[in-house]
Amino acid sequence: MTGARSRFDCVVVGGGHNGLVCAATLARGGRSVLVLEAAGQVGGAASTREFTPGFRVSAGAHLVHMMPAELIRELQLESHGLEWAAQGMATTALAPGGAGLNMSPDGAAAALSAEDARAYSAYMARMRRFAAALAPILARVPPRLGTSDWVDRLALLRIGWQIRRLGRRDMRELLRIGGMNVYDLLEENFASSALKGALGLDAVLGANFGPRSPGTVLTLLYRMAAESAAGASGLSQPRGGLGALCNALAKAASAAGATVRTGAPVANILVEGDRAAGVVLESGESISADTVISSADPKSTFLRLLGPRYLDAGFVRRVAHIRMRGLAAKLHLALNRAPAFGGVSEASLRGRLLLAPSLQYIELAYNHAKYGEFSAAPVMEVTVPSTNDPTLAPPGQHVLSAIVQYAPYALKGGWQGGRQRFMDTALETLEGFAPGLRSSIVAAELSTPADIEQEFRGSGGHWHHGDLAFDQFLMVRPVPGAAQYRTPVDGLFLCGAGSHPGGGVMGIAGRNAAHQVLRAGLKSS
Amino acid sequence: MNQASAPHFKQPLLKTPFHERARALSQVDSFIPWAGYTTVDVFTTMEQEYFAIRNAATLYDLTPMVKYRVAGRDAPAYLNRLVTRDIAKLKPDRVAYCVWCNDAGHLIDDGTIFRLGTSEYRICTAERQIDWLLDSAIGFDVEIGEVTEQIAALAVQGPTSCAVLKTLGLGGVENIKPFEIAYFALGSHQLTVSRTGFTGDLGYELWMQPDAAEPVWDALMEAGRSRGIRAIGSQALNVARIEAGFLLPNVDFVSAERTIRTGRDRSPLELGLGWLVDFKKGHFTGRRALLNESIDGPRRQLVGLDVAGNKPAHNALLYTDDSGKREIGSVTSAIWSPTCKRNIALAMVDAPHFRIGSTVWAEIYLNRELVWERRMSRAQVVERPFFTPERRRATPPAEF
Repeated sequence: MTGARSRFDCVVVGGGHNGLVCAATLARGGRSVLVLEAAGQVGGAASTREFTPGFRVSAGAHLVHMMPAELIRELQLESHGLEWAAQGMATTALAPGGAGLNMSPDGAAAALSAEDARAYSAYMARMRRFAAALAPILARVPPRLGTSDWVDRLALLRIGWQIRRLGRRDMRELLRIGGMNVYDLLEENFASSALKGALGLDAVLGANFGPRSPGTVLTLLYRMAAESAAGASGLSQPRGGLGALCNALAKAASAAGATVRTGAPVANILVEGDRAAGVVLESGESISADTVISSADPKSTFLRLLGPRYLDAGFVRRVAHIRMRGLAAKLHLALNRAPAFGGVSEASLRGRLLLAPSLQYIELAYNHAKYGEFSAAPVMEVTVPSTNDPTLAPPGQHVLSAIVQYAPYALKGGWQGGRQRFMDTALETLEGFAPGLRSSIVAAELSTPADIEQEFRGSGGHWHHGDLAFDQFLMVRPVPGAAQYRTPVDGLFLCGAGSHPGGGVMGIAGRNAAHQVLRAGLKSS
Repeated sequence: MNQASAPHFKQPLLKTPFHERARALSQVDSFIPWAGYTTVDVFTTMEQEYFAIRNAATLYDLTPMVKYRVAGRDAPAYLNRLVTRDIAKLKPDRVAYCVWCNDAGHLIDDGTIFRLGTSEYRICTAERQIDWLLDSAIGFDVEIGEVTEQIAALAVQGPTSCAVLKTLGLGGVENIKPFEIAYFALGSHQLTVSRTGFTGDLGYELWMQPDAAEPVWDALMEAGRSRGIRAIGSQALNVARIEAGFLLPNVDFVSAERTIRTGRDRSPLELGLGWLVDFKKGHFTGRRALLNESIDGPRRQLVGLDVAGNKPAHNALLYTDDSGKREIGSVTSAIWSPTCKRNIALAMVDAPHFRIGSTVWAEIYLNRELVWERRMSRAQVVERPFFTPERRRATPPAEF
């Protein structure tokens, strides 16, 4: 890169969606910005790649449902090439050998008993009210605890007020269920196993939890709150896969004046006089910057890129103890015909299919993971993106993309030998719900957490950059002392999923971090 | 040799390798627990032992001092990030008094760091803290292990200590400078000798294998016979250390890892140990917090007090005046100093009253045959140490 600038106001480490949102926001705020992405293309865990000739798939996340509509408008992503292949996608709960349960986004579900149907719409209405109350909390910078700063106190008051204004009845109910497990909550409400299984899966998707784990109602509310904050589009699929969303983000960042470099892995963050001063690439090239913003996960950022010697021991201890061992694998199938799931219409196939026939089924799948084994009968979130977006596969053929749980990062015996066995288990499980699927497979790929760690450079192969759990939310995400996007080292900020509000393709961490950087700049000038 | 591997409930307190010798000399059967060992508080009388420290030579068993071995490629970088002083400046075969802090800049402990040869270090400290040392090692290529039981340690302190060691056969011991380490052979036993101690007097500390403990003790007693050598317990040492102005953990400060109430932990600046904090050496745990604290200065400080009268101000509350209305601190350690002939104390005093020369008032309670009397005594903030004889630093020390 001869002749390239070697000095920027801001360097953003990592060109995933959060890094790009951060870069675009900073560039719009008038900063000179450089984004450094290690891979050959932007996107990170929100990218699209060809996994076998002619078949492309979202390599990590495969649905967009948490990115605020307001952010998409603000960055004018639609004029930078973002198109939607599908929006407001429906969810179907698969049943083995039977009719699936269609769950429309508005809370009605066909094929339920009258009692369950009534309970379901009441439950959804109530949970949506809670989610709406919690949504503003997700969008803001979390307050620090134990300070006398009025900004922090005001933010805490605001959280209290959001909950209080639900009214006495709802507030009591929210406080009652807030610490519960989702198993008990769903058992309280419904009779249908398929419904409970499908609702329960959303509480544990991507988490180190089974439905009976404490705090799973909170993780479910978190997901719903993020969806609520995102707006009304619901489950969506960008044309060209998730990578297309990040390409649009990169264009938006470039249009605002940011430089985006791919194939430029960062080796370490430079510190001069106890301040971040830039980065050194693995190639040896060094780039100076006033501010470094890392979208890498907190362990990679602090322990690998920065190094413990620039940090206090207690802080390093907290970072080292962040729970972030992935339990979700990703299955990609190239199919020579559309899969036929029992009882799933052609329309439903365009939506999201949940393979979790009952809460007990999920809990049993999770039991294995507790002891370092993969699930004998895994749970899945399945999409067939080519049904909405024919550009992903050759004409008439299809790609299937599934999140498969539970696949513990530290598998007993290692993933080298385990990968093929888990793939066989997953395919066998799928075959039970879509007879004949195996005979239509052209190519198959399974990304285990170990592969995900390699591909997306996220410690532990955890795509949320840390478990979403009560003790890793809000002002303790990723750890106290770095939960407001600032870090103990001046000039170094975090902007990735490891920060509040966390994983899912949201972009809020990137935007909040950018605002913190801009605010910090205002104060010093 | 590992006593701890015996069922612990059968032996709640371990015996040091010097225990049999100490037991034989104990006249008043006064033993106290110290860091899991049974140790002598007083052999004969505190006064007799104290005056041996200041006028002759003494043996003190400091085996229970907790010892950690630190070695490996990153050992210097590790220690520099752990403690507030610049360990890069610590030369081979030298010792440094250090403190280490948590992230908030509050003291976890103090202790001495020995650099044994080029690449091995030893931390000697009062409290066990392997968890903190290991947590601090995340990201460093360093080996850390506790070696307390593998090393017997004996302090030889007092004006005639050098002469005793020479008589013992440690040729050249008189050339060891303060905070320097030297190695000797005594018969078949290896001795590591450092010119360090807790008395503020001329003195040395001897480090050896446990099997050398009894032969070395016997040889020292023999060598020191004509120079008034005497085994001492912790009570006498405590008087000497207060005169020397040294801090005792859990008496003058509580480790930040052990405090429960907020505001009870102490920074090195508050403990008057600002001289140990090197902001220029690069990052260390607590640096950012201490830098912040140093801008406005500490809110309180540990100081020396010279108290009127002859009644030690044990645990006394301190006030701005004798009305006792405004409380500004309290005494942590207090004695009548037999050598200085002064009533001295260490006390934590709020700003701005900790300035040298300030007057504060100590509320002293006296028990006179079960009748309590309260006395307000004027006290002055004075420089520490209270007692620091020239022989403490002289190399070679004069013959006594």
